[in-house]
Amino acid sequence: MKVIISITPRALFASATLALAAALTGCGSDPEPADPTPVVERYVEMVHDTYEDTVFGVTTLKGTVDDLTATPSEASLKAARDAWIAARPSYGESESYRFYGGPIDDEDGPEGRINAWPLDEAFIDYVEGAPEVGIINQLQSFPDITKDILISQNEKGGEKNIATGYHAVEFLLWGQDQSTTGPGARPYTDYVTDGTGTAENQDRRAQYLTLVTDILLEDLISVEVQWEPGADNYAASFAKDPKDALGKMLKGMGSLSGAELSRERMNNALQEQDQEEEHSCFSDNTHADLVANATAVQNVYLGRYGGEDGPGIDDLVAATNPDLDAQVKADLDAVLGAIDAIPQPFDQAIVSEDGRAKIQAAIDALQKVTDDIVLVAAELEVTINLEE
Amino acid sequence: MTPPLSCPPRRRLSLPASLAAAGLCSALFAACGPAEAPPPSIPQDVMSGGDTTIFDDGREAFSYPAKNLTREHKDTFFLGNTTFNRNWVQAPASVTSSDGLGPLYNATSCSACHFKDGRGAPPETDTEPMLGLLVRLSVPGEDAHGGPLAEPAYGGQFNHHSITGVPPEGSCFVEYEEIQGTYPDGEPYSLRRPKLVFADLSYGDMAPDAMTSPRVAPVMIGLGLLEAIPEADILALADEDDADGDGISGRPNFVWSAGANAAVLGRLGWKANQPNMRAQVSGAFLGDMGITSSVRPDADCTPSETACAEAPNGGDPELPDDKLDRVVLYSRTLAVPARREYDDPDVIRGKQLFEAAGCASCHVESFQTGPFEIEELSNQTIFPYTDLLLHDMGEDLADGRPDYLATGTEWRTPPLWGIGLVHVVNHHEYFLHDGRARGLEEAILWHGGEAEPSRESFRAMSAPDREALVRFLESL
Repeated sequence: MKVIISITPRALFASATLALAAALTGCGSDPEPADPTPVVERYVEMVHDTYEDTVFGVTTLKGTVDDLTATPSEASLKAARDAWIAARPSYGESESYRFYGGPIDDEDGPEGRINAWPLDEAFIDYVEGAPEVGIINQLQSFPDITKDILISQNEKGGEKNIATGYHAVEFLLWGQDQSTTGPGARPYTDYVTDGTGTAENQDRRAQYLTLVTDILLEDLISVEVQWEPGADNYAASFAKDPKDALGKMLKGMGSLSGAELSRERMNNALQEQDQEEEHSCFSDNTHADLVANATAVQNVYLGRYGGEDGPGIDDLVAATNPDLDAQVKADLDAVLGAIDAIPQPFDQAIVSEDGRAKIQAAIDALQKVTDDIVLVAAELEVTINLEE
Repeated sequence: MTPPLSCPPRRRLSLPASLAAAGLCSALFAACGPAEAPPPSIPQDVMSGGDTTIFDDGREAFSYPAKNLTREHKDTFFLGNTTFNRNWVQAPASVTSSDGLGPLYNATSCSACHFKDGRGAPPETDTEPMLGLLVRLSVPGEDAHGGPLAEPAYGGQFNHHSITGVPPEGSCFVEYEEIQGTYPDGEPYSLRRPKLVFADLSYGDMAPDAMTSPRVAPVMIGLGLLEAIPEADILALADEDDADGDGISGRPNFVWSAGANAAVLGRLGWKANQPNMRAQVSGAFLGDMGITSSVRPDADCTPSETACAEAPNGGDPELPDDKLDRVVLYSRTLAVPARREYDDPDVIRGKQLFEAAGCASCHVESFQTGPFEIEELSNQTIFPYTDLLLHDMGEDLADGRPDYLATGTEWRTPPLWGIGLVHVVNHHEYFLHDGRARGLEEAILWHGGEAEPSRESFRAMSAPDREALVRFLESL
């Protein structure tokens, strides 16, 4: 690594503009690390903005699901699928706000209900060769489909027994993906209840889809309110200790870029060459999910979300180590470039020579970013306890 | 650029925020290269797994790879995790990589019982099917290798699930009886004694002298570290005839190892009846899910279970060696979380009380691991709070079912590391081999036999002292 010990005029300027205590320590000419307060305040703001967008996206989705279940047709199914795809980027960009026991994934946090995967589709509905399986088709075990039932069944009896969340909705809209060129092709007639529909239990399927979308919306709102500015909530306590908050921000970034994205969401699929291991396997939306997750990491570093760029970790790093800042920015860009280069759909990329090489390159780029985050933590003298 | 020679050791990143010393020169030191040295402020016994220790006290606290794993091993770890979580299905199925479930089984995935790599729970009601709790079966006598002699009709383990076309073995439920007790200071408590109730047996009555042993799925952390403790250090603690007169007579179990083709020291399982993780994992795949592997190649069907024997399988073996190897590595390298609140005065006092009551005679605090095939687990100072030996725990806890050298009243001292995080990860606090204890206090109160004097010391403590001791356990 390039070692910077001497202080630069630019670093001094940057720390001054951030209203930082630039007092020099007695043991060298380095400045104290910059005051992270404005960066933490910006983070709180963008976290709230992101969750607000997730709520907006799923509210829209909810409207299309209501249309689909009321009047099933090619058009209403397509509208619901489009709304699901449109709802995904904001959630993907929120995933760098995980991994430190915040509202999304503290002891009682809803993360396991929101985005758990990979899911065993036979836990929810019929699959090829097994028309009788799944909560929807098991009338004896589940005479009524209610929110409480779905919540209590989620993760019951195994980590793949997922009853709720984005991917449950995804499966109910697309069905199993048996295609090598496109996504799953569940017919809209799976929701037709006048006796001409396909598959069994169309009314129960519609009920399931409606309730599972409601649960998703409620869970996202429960997280959003914890980040509402000016309220007596998690955000208020989070901002009280900016240095601790900075550690959490970096831990969220590094946990997503390291273990979660590069290993669980990419390397596992690459090594197993198994569609079951791709993130959005029914809709073939995995590539967009990867982009959103990589963007999530970049967003926190830059203090940027949705085109609005505020004080970020980059400003703190630039104040004492502009070379490191430049390196991190370049490495974050490289990740997005590498993911962009992966051919679509992802479930075919994992079995093609070109696709596999490009996925490996993106994994390597993510590893570099994860290493960078450790360096940034050292630079800013914060403790991140990054487990990857 | 040459780093200045005067650089002090760089502060490690893996410290809790509360420990972060305000190093005046840290920005400078950060540029001094990756010199690693533990800071003097963190007590060694906080790093429960040595260099493998991770810092997390959330819902994923039991699910991380050992901190010091190489990148290559971490990749394998996460692949092992996918197989650990995979739901197996009945053969034949379109997803051939995960078919072969059963014919008879307890669960469809490892994570069903070891949810988030944590601890299983007994049923909440007397009508709820078991998950995370299984029942071993045997009749008096020994098998060819000195192990338990399987129940003739139902085999060595009760399987209450089955694939289509094969009758399940039946149902098993747990009923409880409340037993009232009182501390010497007058405070009352209540313990619940479980009773197994079998119903709907498909293959006739069990043998009249059949013995049962209910066992919950244990937490998966630190298992490779336990394997890496030198055998001599475990045997050195054994005191079969209580020569030192302290009332504690730890005994090693010696169990059959197919790999070694010999009886070897048992380390794992509630009765120390498994020699190593490879045997443990392949045994669980077969016994719990009906998945064959090269280590356990034969389907587990008794002569009475003809439909079981005739059912199609999902490959020969159903779990290929590469996947078995990954799950074994995964199961060996799940990290132990660091202790929390270790500097709280009550916790410190609780530890002294734990030692004064003699708990540490069996829950031995620390070992040094030896050389091990996973280099990262070698030569670590660890704090598992177990001696891996068998102890007579009294009639109240006894299952009455011998397992190799373990008698019907003996249990292996279970490790205590991570025990304070079970409620966070698994949302319950059911402890002991069958989950009968509703919290750590009840678990202590069930201790009998060799542990009776320690239990009585605990009962005789003042309420604040009892609370301090429990708080110490919660810090592990």
